[in-house]
Amino acid sequence: MRQLWLIGAFAGAVALMPAFVTSGAALNLAIMTLYAALLGQAWNILGGFGGQFSFGHAVFFGTGAYAMAVLQSGFGLNAWLALPLALALGAAVGLLVGALSFRYGLKGSYFALVTLAFAEVFRILANTFQFTGAGVGIQIPLRDSAADMQFAGKPGFLYAALTLVTASLLVAWWLKRSRYGAWLQAVRDNEESAAALGVDVFRVKLGAIAISGALMSAGGAFYLQYFRYIDPHIAYGPAISVEALLAAIVGGMGTVFGPLLGAAALQLLGEATRGLLEQTPGANLIAYGVLLVVVVMFLPRGIMGLFEAKR
Amino acid sequence: MTESGILFASVLNGLTTGAVYALIALGLTLIYGVLHIINFAHGAALMMALYGVYFLREKAGIDPYASLPVMVPAMFAAGYLLYRFVIGKASHGKDENILLVTLGVSIVLENLALLLWKSDTRSIETAYTFSTVAIGSAMIAVPKVVAFGGALVATAVLLAIIGLTDLGRAIRACAGERQGAKLVGIDVEHVFAMSFGIGLACLGAAACFLLPAYYVNPQVGNGFVLIAFTVVVLGGMGSFVGALAGGFLIGVVESVGGLWLGESLGQIGIFLIFIAVLLFRPRGLFGARA
Repeated sequence: MRQLWLIGAFAGAVALMPAFVTSGAALNLAIMTLYAALLGQAWNILGGFGGQFSFGHAVFFGTGAYAMAVLQSGFGLNAWLALPLALALGAAVGLLVGALSFRYGLKGSYFALVTLAFAEVFRILANTFQFTGAGVGIQIPLRDSAADMQFAGKPGFLYAALTLVTASLLVAWWLKRSRYGAWLQAVRDNEESAAALGVDVFRVKLGAIAISGALMSAGGAFYLQYFRYIDPHIAYGPAISVEALLAAIVGGMGTVFGPLLGAAALQLLGEATRGLLEQTPGANLIAYGVLLVVVVMFLPRGIMGLFEAKR
Repeated sequence: MTESGILFASVLNGLTTGAVYALIALGLTLIYGVLHIINFAHGAALMMALYGVYFLREKAGIDPYASLPVMVPAMFAAGYLLYRFVIGKASHGKDENILLVTLGVSIVLENLALLLWKSDTRSIETAYTFSTVAIGSAMIAVPKVVAFGGALVATAVLLAIIGLTDLGRAIRACAGERQGAKLVGIDVEHVFAMSFGIGLACLGAAACFLLPAYYVNPQVGNGFVLIAFTVVVLGGMGSFVGALAGGFLIGVVESVGGLWLGESLGQIGIFLIFIAVLLFRPRGLFGARA
């Protein structure tokens, strides 16, 4: 219950932000943090709660982004109608990847590798087919109206991102206290024992990857609406997969607020390195890589581990 | 040239590339076989080695093949230290942690290269870059033939080290039975670091053979890392014979697939093989255990 209050307080605080902050740069930072938190939470559902480490979450992100782009520019569908389809498609790709890999008992490093390979296959396909714009990518026309999910100002996008993040927090909260969530965490902690107690391991994992895929494709859909452009490298490249797992691991895997804290820490670190090392591309990524190593070495439970240790 | 002539040339080309893939994969499979971890930084380490060969040629005028005695020990030392001071310390006994740490190392290396040397693609030109030899009806570039022979020799040396020396015996002992090795007085951490070093030394050799016929940029490792994983998984994790056979097979599949489907789609064949092997036969063609 306390966590539900925290989620409500967080949503309220961010919702009030546009009333006090008018700087476009500050709002943009808040939007990018929320967006990173959404990706991190998507990864956390499968990796943190389910213990299945994916190195290719871009496969869901790209599917969401391309679904939005193709449905709008190719089929002339309204963005609000395209969004649920994009989410469903993300979940469906999750089920496909999950059904193949969990059916054959892939776990640990093997699962990480197979997800990476799926993302690469999708990247090459998107690079080849005409309907995804091949290597050129897809640009959706500028409309600047909320009816097309393209808000005229930053506050609109802030509310859109906040809605998605709040929904993802509620999913994580539900996993913490529901029967299904208990099954999922039991599978993570000891698959054999969970199976012996009658948990249907295969279906539990499948559910997690479907939810995770849908949330990740929501992240892709948001990316498309915000930047109005997608290409195979952005959509299915390794950078997105890394961003998603980094936020969850730095913040604390298997916790409700970990990905949000991790995303905030990473954004601040990114801004700081950008400020220190002006005009050096990749400097923030070096810092991210170092942070990943340092967190795994010294803070295996992430930032959330600091809070829990005190109690 | 006839249809079958083109196919023959394509297969030969695939075999020469495959030899280098095999050498890269041998390093990976050695690290996996001994430490039971997947070294995600393998591609980034190869990229660093390629830059090493590049700068030795451009700044010091050393021929890529002559830089072998520099690159192999340098990569060995880098691997040994990386394991001793970073990877071994971070594992906390959990395989997932090593996966994440090596991922972190690869991110750092790749972006460090981007920072230091920009994203330009660089290649070197030597006297033999454009010379070819005729094999049957096919013309094969000299650097590729050298790479083929060199990769085979390096593989033989590696197998000799593992099979015939005391160090090799200790490595095999640690791979098979960690506790037992410790009980008979083997310094397991040292052997692990040695294995990691030898794994990266393979990359140093591979880089010397690769660069004359290839190029280097900060992202170049990414392409190789998935191919190396595919080779290792296909051959069976930890199996040397498997890595060799897998390397040649993947080289030929890529080359012939590219002939039929075009450069970009040809690569898909590799990943589909990778996914299929992982799903249906995770222990690979020669792997002993799942």
